[in-house]
Amino acid sequence: MTLQAVLVIAAALFAVGLYGAISQQVLVMVMMGLELMVNAVILAAAGLWWFLAPTPDGHVLLLVVVAAMTVEMAMGFAVATVLHRSRGSDMTDMSTDLKR
Amino acid sequence: MTGGVEAVLFWGLGAVAVAAGIAVFRTDSMARATYALAASFVAVGAQVLFLHLDYVGVVVVLMMVMEMAVMAVYMVMFMGMNPALMPMSMVHSRRTSLGIALGAFLVLGGGALLVPWPSRRGAPALDLTASLGEAVMGSKMLVMLVVSPVLFSTIVAALVLALPRGRYDRLGDDLRRRPADDPQPGGAGR
Repeated sequence: MTLQAVLVIAAALFAVGLYGAISQQVLVMVMMGLELMVNAVILAAAGLWWFLAPTPDGHVLLLVVVAAMTVEMAMGFAVATVLHRSRGSDMTDMSTDLKR
Repeated sequence: MTGGVEAVLFWGLGAVAVAAGIAVFRTDSMARATYALAASFVAVGAQVLFLHLDYVGVVVVLMMVMEMAVMAVYMVMFMGMNPALMPMSMVHSRRTSLGIALGAFLVLGGGALLVPWPSRRGAPALDLTASLGEAVMGSKMLVMLVVSPVLFSTIVAALVLALPRGRYDRLGDDLRRRPADDPQPGGAGR
């Protein structure tokens, strides 16, 4: 188990999540892609922490990333709810109001 | 556990995490996608445990299992179909997305392998969870003081967004409408 191994696995997870976040039409599926990306960040940060500087500073940073993940999913669910309520749809293609 | 066994287990968990992540976007049902994502998160949580981050690993696993349960409820609520049986493929820009994802993997993976990483500085504490608790309640308290209002704001913002009828719906744009326009009249004085 090396830092490179951890980072390569995290890169693969991040790429899979990126594909999902860009390609999916359903809002909840986009959220799944974003969560895979944040999960990859958690894994990479954990690897960097353990192999480079295992001090409490990095540990606290990981807690912040976990908190960011919580915020992402809470707001994602709220946006999915409001979209469904106002438009009867949960597709990203139906929410292009800001597009010129 | 010897280093060899540990490496095999770690790579195995990594393969499970990535394969389950791919399955999320390949499977034909939202329910299976949710379970695949949960499996991916559990595998990553176990990998984090391998990196001696006991507290964060357990938190990731518990949080994600609960979130997947909530997500499954959302599927049933909003998808308007039997989430276990309906085949689906709802994607756009598939080839572009695949290209971007592959490019991101090559750049990140290449960087991970090619960068001359420095050697480790400092030694881990004997009890990592206790040292995290001391940091959170001591030198890093400001971080938690910032995170807590952010989380509270998230609760408020999510509730405001998800609320079916707010005060402007009830009392008008200037909040002066009396009595309030409620679908079901009632309450004191109304």
